[in-house]
Amino acid sequence: MPATLYILIVVLMLLNFRLLASSRIAACIQTVAAQAVLFGATAVAVNWPHVQWQMGLIVILSVLIKAVLLPWLLRRAVREAAASREIEPLVGFNLSLLLGVILLGLCLLVTSSLQVKGDQSNGLLLAAALFTAVTGLFLIICRKKAITQVLGYLTMENGINAFGMAFAVNETLLVAMAVLLDVLVAVLVMGIAIYHISREFDHIDTDKLSALKE
Amino acid sequence: MDMYILFIAVLAAGALVSLVLGRRAVANTIGAAASVLGGAAGLACGLAALAGQDWDLNLPWNVPMGSLHVAMDGLSGFFLAVISLICALAGVYGSGYLRPNGRTHLGSVWCFYLLLFASMGVVVAARNAMLFLVAWEAMSLTSFLLVMFDHHRAEVVRAGWTYLIATHLGTAFLLVMFLLCGRGGSMEFDAMDPQAAGAGVIFLLAMIGFGTKAGFLPLHVWLPEAHPAAPSHVSAVMSGVMIKTGIYGLLRMLEILTLQSPPPAWWGVALVATGAVSGVMGILLALAQHDLKRLLAYSSVENVGIITLGIGIGLLGRSSGNDAMAVLGFSGALLHVLNHALFKSLLFMGAGAVLHATGTREINRLGGLMKRMGTTGAMFLIASAAICGLPPLNGFVGEFCIYVASLSALEGGAAWAAVAAIGSLAMIGGLAVACFAKAFGIVFLGSPRSEEAKAAHEAPASMRVPMIILAVLCVVMGLCQPLIVASLRGSVLGLAAAPRPPEALQALWWVSAAGAAFIVLLIALALLRRRVLKGRNVAKGITWDCGYAAPDARMQYTASSFAMPLVVMFRALLGTKDTIERPQGLLPQSACAQTHTDDPFSRRVFRPVFLAVGWLGERLKWVQQGRNQLYVLYVALTVLVLLVWKLGGRP
Amino acid sequence: MTLYSLIHLALALAGAPLLLGIVNRIKAKIGGRTGQPLLQLYYDLAKLLRKGAVYSETTTWVFRAGPLVGLAAVVVALLVVPLGGVPAVASFTGDLVLLAYMLGLMRLATVLAALDTGSAFEGMGASREVQFAALAEPAMLLGLASMAVLTGKLSLSAMLAALSPAALPPLAAAALLLVGAAVFIVLLAENSRIPFDDPNTHLELTMIHEVMVLDHTGPDFAAIQYGAALKLWTYAAVLSGIILPIRTNCPWCDLLVGAGGVAVVVVAVGLVESGMARLRMLRVPQLLLAAVVLSLLALVLVLR
Repeated sequence: MPATLYILIVVLMLLNFRLLASSRIAACIQTVAAQAVLFGATAVAVNWPHVQWQMGLIVILSVLIKAVLLPWLLRRAVREAAASREIEPLVGFNLSLLLGVILLGLCLLVTSSLQVKGDQSNGLLLAAALFTAVTGLFLIICRKKAITQVLGYLTMENGINAFGMAFAVNETLLVAMAVLLDVLVAVLVMGIAIYHISREFDHIDTDKLSALKE
Repeated sequence: MDMYILFIAVLAAGALVSLVLGRRAVANTIGAAASVLGGAAGLACGLAALAGQDWDLNLPWNVPMGSLHVAMDGLSGFFLAVISLICALAGVYGSGYLRPNGRTHLGSVWCFYLLLFASMGVVVAARNAMLFLVAWEAMSLTSFLLVMFDHHRAEVVRAGWTYLIATHLGTAFLLVMFLLCGRGGSMEFDAMDPQAAGAGVIFLLAMIGFGTKAGFLPLHVWLPEAHPAAPSHVSAVMSGVMIKTGIYGLLRMLEILTLQSPPPAWWGVALVATGAVSGVMGILLALAQHDLKRLLAYSSVENVGIITLGIGIGLLGRSSGNDAMAVLGFSGALLHVLNHALFKSLLFMGAGAVLHATGTREINRLGGLMKRMGTTGAMFLIASAAICGLPPLNGFVGEFCIYVASLSALEGGAAWAAVAAIGSLAMIGGLAVACFAKAFGIVFLGSPRSEEAKAAHEAPASMRVPMIILAVLCVVMGLCQPLIVASLRGSVLGLAAAPRPPEALQALWWVSAAGAAFIVLLIALALLRRRVLKGRNVAKGITWDCGYAAPDARMQYTASSFAMPLVVMFRALLGTKDTIERPQGLLPQSACAQTHTDDPFSRRVFRPVFLAVGWLGERLKWVQQGRNQLYVLYVALTVLVLLVWKLGGRP
Repeated sequence: MTLYSLIHLALALAGAPLLLGIVNRIKAKIGGRTGQPLLQLYYDLAKLLRKGAVYSETTTWVFRAGPLVGLAAVVVALLVVPLGGVPAVASFTGDLVLLAYMLGLMRLATVLAALDTGSAFEGMGASREVQFAALAEPAMLLGLASMAVLTGKLSLSAMLAALSPAALPPLAAAALLLVGAAVFIVLLAENSRIPFDDPNTHLELTMIHEVMVLDHTGPDFAAIQYGAALKLWTYAAVLSGIILPIRTNCPWCDLLVGAGGVAVVVVAVGLVESGMARLRMLRVPQLLLAAVVLSLLALVLVLR
């Protein structure tokens, strides 16, 4: 099992790099969904072979919401808003990749000083979780479109969720439930907001929204 | 010892005689002869020291805390041998490069050149800080005067002043360093007590002071100005060996600093970081240049970076007790000192021959020189391949040692520094191929892009012979590096504090074998092709032109276009500016595209600092009134203040 | 070196041109065509070796030396390449560096020969070639460095021979996956395959490798084609050792496993070529950067 866990963790890290380097919104939505599925699988793999039914349920539920429902909502929002499918970066893709490497290094540095119970893979999972959260933050900061900001928010949530997962099972349930609800509401609100904004203003570019400050 | 005295005597006599000869053409001959004779003596002295004949000579000197203390050991001998070899060959080259015309004061040029040579010889032998500093200063001043050779050109004057200021700022750090070291009362290297002032401070001062001479980023800014401005044989000496005296100083200080205890890990990390940044940025900036000699100067920054990486890895090996890593790191650094001296001086000589033949250093105006100056071209090609670190030439082996040292460091505490070293070396390797494919390919291959290039002629024999010797050395040294490593054993083991050379050095024999195999294979293939083509139709045609039947030399890819993709990729680091005038209308009258890459450090770091200093100077102008009385008042006030400060507190 | 190393060398020298045949056959099959014969490159080489040569008037001996230097360099590189568990003809500490730099020498020779023709197209190809190499080289060497950490060995042969599931920690699988992916990307880039370069394109402006060798004819062109095939084998053999970490104690089985790995790699190249379009030139550095990231990630894993 540990070998599988390592592979899962590595793929999770790679998905973050894909988010950083991808220039298409559809690909990003897909990546975030895949990330959610993989985090579900990781949750199972971490606790293997003692998987409780409550946990199984929450994993299935969260994967359903995050990998099916939310992507569907987001794709709809993109379609409705008739936004162009290219991402507009404030920080170029190559530079984003390099910064990603540096961020990952920092995450490893931070988590290596944390005391984590369990074996080595748990520490690495923690790093992957933190990296995911930081990537989400990076997307929110360094991309122009409102839709990428929602994606960043989702990515962050994936990361925070996994962060809880690396520590303990029971708290995970609580953390997951709470955060999941938060996000669901947030996405719904943002989805509606994007829809309306785009109808009013013909675009969903936050740069242009700042013109409203006066 | 006798050889060393002969070395100094010949150079001093040569300097004096050529100064007296002044504008006469015979100064050229005397100068070259003196540098060859002095070089032979220095080489003999250095090789003897490498073979284990150490000596020590201590004469009194009536300078406070000074003594005329010189000595030879493996490290000094190595550097002396390199300096002598290059300076002698560059001297011969110089006699062909400097054309006597009755107007130029050749005597003074040769005088400065020989003094520069001698002062470098003293720098690497001095064992007293005062003597070291005096020789260091002499070296800086003579090279400054040589840079100013073309002093009627404004950019040369500017380059000269930049150099003078930079080198003196560096010397200031060295002065402080030696004063701190010598607080015990003695300026003798043997008697210094660096622990008294804190070894870390001394290390940092040495890194800045010697790093300015060696060209560590961001202290390199004088280098791309001064090296191209000097006459080419002087550029060859400056880039090939003079900047290495900075490396020598650093190694000598490290030897003193680590005599008692292994160095802390951060020293090694600092050097690796400096080396990696200098290497990658140096070669990137070289790639973006259009001036052949400026390109070569930036590539010196890169190679000093590689040497520094080696020293850093060696130090890390020392501090973590990994003998193999330490020995390989220092061996790699020293090998690269030698190898870079060989191919960089060869490249500058080649560039000088091009300048001599065409009158321009602008890469974009050259082309097709291979057909007009075949020998120079072939030598430049060998040096280009060597500087890219490609086997079977000599440049590979130094880098190979540093790679192996880093690879063997991957399992210790310094793993990430080793990863940085491997990553940056690999990147430097790839970029160096790009840079020198551009430098050689655009200048010597294709067809000429200007009238000057079309009218080029081969350099005279006095310029070609030194180049051929250096190129042969590049090939031979590539094949017999294990022997050179064996001769460096003493000094490397001393620096690394290791009992015996590691097993991994055996790999060098394999490298030599692979090089030999390559050469044999190449010859076999060439013979095979000759046989295959015998009796068949070998025709001449025009280059494939896609059906467009009026090819023009101006349609060729230029140096700027060749480097463009990489320059664009690293634009954030380089800050390249381009001005493009697009063709307008159906029958455009004009169009042009220009790119220009300033030194980002001189623009973003040093210019603001110097502007601030200048502003401060302006504010202080009121002190300067031009009246004698006032100045005497200042002096009196100073003396008074000093008296009060020193004696006032006493009861 | 063992007898089997020599068998690998013979296999590589004789079988390398077959690899391109396999790639082309797979592309044809997926595209619904019959495709060229598997041995097409052998026929081409035989034909070229029977021809005379045409040299451009612009060129010098550098142009004529290019193909031969390239071929000699790649053959020497092949001497340090093991095939899975079968050691290379020569193996020593740090031979991976020699491998990378010999291939670098091959690149310099090709690039200079291209610049010697004075053609704008060939200059363009040369410029792109050196650009991509600047990123491919760190990806390759860092990836191999992570193998060195994983196995504690510093020569390619020892490194790859030590890769067997029983002897490695659990994170090895993940690290091998990463390095395998990185080396595969480098393989595609260095052998000018899709998505970096399209060997079948018809427009000089869009080529990289093919445009650099436009002016070579006859035996010289044969040397270039054969050298390119050997280069593909070199990378495929290294990759085979990484993606199939199965080491038996029977040398014949190792040889078979290694050759199987090479076949897998080549099939993968064919599949990628069939399934992908080439990237825009501006996006190419990004993919190579991704390879560097993969290698670094592998190092992160194994260095903890």
